[in-house]
Amino acid sequence: MMHAQLRSHIIRLLNTDMRLDGRKLTEYRQPITVEYGAIRTAEGSARVKIGETEVLVGIKVEIGEPYPDNPDEGTIIVGAELLPLSNPDFELGPPSIQAVELARVVDRGIRESKAVNFKKLCIKAGEKVWLILIDICPMNDAGNLFDAASLAALAALKDARFPAVENDKIDYKKKTDQKLPLERYPLAITVCKIGDKFIVDPDTEEEKAIDARLTVASTEDGHLCALQKGEDFPLTINEISQMIDIGMEKAKELRKFL
Amino acid sequence: MTYKQRIDNRGFDETRPIEAKVGVIPRADGSAYFKIGNTVAFAAVYGPRNLHPKFLQDPTKGILRCNYNMMPFSSSGERVRPGGSRRSKEISLVTVKALLPVLDLQEYPNSVVDVFIELPQTEAGSRCAGICAASMALADAGLLMKDLVAAVSVGRVDDKIVVDLDYNEESYPGVPVADIPIAMMPSSGKVTLLQMDGEVTKEMLMEALEKGKKALMDIYEVQRKALKEKYHGVDE
Amino acid sequence: MMNEHVEQKTETQEQSKVMVKDKDIAVPGETLAIGMDTLPGSGTYREGEKIIANRLGLVSIDGRAIKLIPLSGRYAPKAGDTVICKVFDVTFSGWRLETNSAYAAMMSLKDATSDFIQKGANLTQYYDLGDYIVCKIINVTSQKLIDVTMKGPGLRKLKGGRIIEVDSNKVPRIIGKQGSMVSMIKETTNSNIIVGQNGIIWIDGVPESELLAIQAIRKIEKESHLSGLTEKIKEFLDKKSQLKVK
Repeated sequence: MMHAQLRSHIIRLLNTDMRLDGRKLTEYRQPITVEYGAIRTAEGSARVKIGETEVLVGIKVEIGEPYPDNPDEGTIIVGAELLPLSNPDFELGPPSIQAVELARVVDRGIRESKAVNFKKLCIKAGEKVWLILIDICPMNDAGNLFDAASLAALAALKDARFPAVENDKIDYKKKTDQKLPLERYPLAITVCKIGDKFIVDPDTEEEKAIDARLTVASTEDGHLCALQKGEDFPLTINEISQMIDIGMEKAKELRKFL
Repeated sequence: MTYKQRIDNRGFDETRPIEAKVGVIPRADGSAYFKIGNTVAFAAVYGPRNLHPKFLQDPTKGILRCNYNMMPFSSSGERVRPGGSRRSKEISLVTVKALLPVLDLQEYPNSVVDVFIELPQTEAGSRCAGICAASMALADAGLLMKDLVAAVSVGRVDDKIVVDLDYNEESYPGVPVADIPIAMMPSSGKVTLLQMDGEVTKEMLMEALEKGKKALMDIYEVQRKALKEKYHGVDE
Repeated sequence: MMNEHVEQKTETQEQSKVMVKDKDIAVPGETLAIGMDTLPGSGTYREGEKIIANRLGLVSIDGRAIKLIPLSGRYAPKAGDTVICKVFDVTFSGWRLETNSAYAAMMSLKDATSDFIQKGANLTQYYDLGDYIVCKIINVTSQKLIDVTMKGPGLRKLKGGRIIEVDSNKVPRIIGKQGSMVSMIKETTNSNIIVGQNGIIWIDGVPESELLAIQAIRKIEKESHLSGLTEKIKEFLDKKSQLKVK
């Protein structure tokens, strides 16, 4: 819940093309950093910082049975926990609905774009496939976890290598040189509407003032692969169109950090 | 058969390389990072802050809560299912007990001090790393503390007492092994955490405590330096 | 690193050894002094012959007393402090306020205004949920119940402007000697600024001015341990103002 005066202050500032911290409306915080291989025990990992927001993503792989309707495909499973370490408002306990939404939105962007070639995760059709387990852990939530998590997940996929398999068992201590079959680079950009203006990369205060948000996941060749509208207020079709344009343009910019 | 040389060629009284940093989580009231070998622990402190529900409040003093958690990708084997386990609950409990003796919580009646310990990477000695990080984070949060708390796992491998038992030594085959995590208040030498897992004679245990004490004084120096560095930039 | 300060007492031959210098950083458990004639000030405690740090802090030696100035930590409410609080609850007998600490403050009807308030009157017309007010802490009990008053010079409801939160331990630096630092920021940015002892700061001006004032305040927060801070901030403000003019 945001104090009415602060919200109208934000809107007044936006009308002068400025935000609380002096950024332009579609400007990301700086610096944005991507660190590959931050976690030795993971098969793939990345640490992403956008301003003071920091997210760790780690990938573990397992061998499992395929789903009966896709016997020659492996899959990804994305999890997210809003760690109380990262934000005074996060509570201990099972994943909140916000954590579930975060995981599922990041999942959709990767899954629907076929970024990871599931067929190439097949070891033996009908019996054994690779399962790619992606876990999102915020370390400091200063706003915009969605975009940081999406960038970190993609970077972790790029960093990941298959472990050695001996006698049908994974030897996690031995990593091979074999990369994951990552074929496309989808990125989620969350565009937020406050009053009648659009911003990206909201910080902690701005997040409280958002009327509606649209998370737009797109690939490097300009295809949309996932959408998620959030928050309490509606969007017109025209607004959606504008937000998608912003989302796709910003994805191009952010992709450069990979 | 005697354990003549440590698997990684360390001295018997030597810890793995240690790194410590304070103030790593901006949103927290206090925070720290402690790395020993390949075990990495982050700790964030929020508090003193409001405690809900009200029936948990203690009108005579603040309450300390600790939560120890391993991230899903932190194990060198399979993924760790999130949500904690009986093991992590027990570690959370002994962590509270390890830190309580130094804290002066009477200044904060009816409130809570929350400590969250997260480990992105573990390779033996994780509960001790968590306690080292937590103690720095509590100091960083400006809480009243008589002392810091330093912790390390001392071990027994065959006929030797070794300081900072690592992953390979924990599971050394064919000989008696013991894992003895110890936490101590450095300025008084008093023990606030002691557990033992394995097989030792009393003499070995006493030797472990003495060796542990020495190593813990070195760890305390690292913690001190990290705290001073944050506020001065350069340790004088 | 060790400063030996030896005092010879004629009768008891006691020696007081001070182990730290003024402005050193002390960590919990660190021995600050040995000897019975050094006095343990706030943030320290005595154990036998030793005076030991009871928190992380900056050493301040004042004659025979050693105390530690807090470098971090949430605001601890004190009687006499002028603070900026936010109304989060309106009750029959007054208002409950967030103080940026672990404890809420209470403002009763009689402390809120000199007006006569009818029984059953709508209290939100005075202070409503979400309002920020500048008030003074009258009393803090041992149970940390806090009473505040609005009756006093400069105490009022805040309208417009924006609120930021800073480390309450940096407030003395942000205010400066006799208010010199905050006055300089106010003048250079042409904005109105009120600094609460609890680390809540209100700034009111045109958007660019507010932003500049905030940037200056954040800079003070980061560099508060450095000397020559007033000049540095003045330089920073002048440079930024010039850029704007160009």
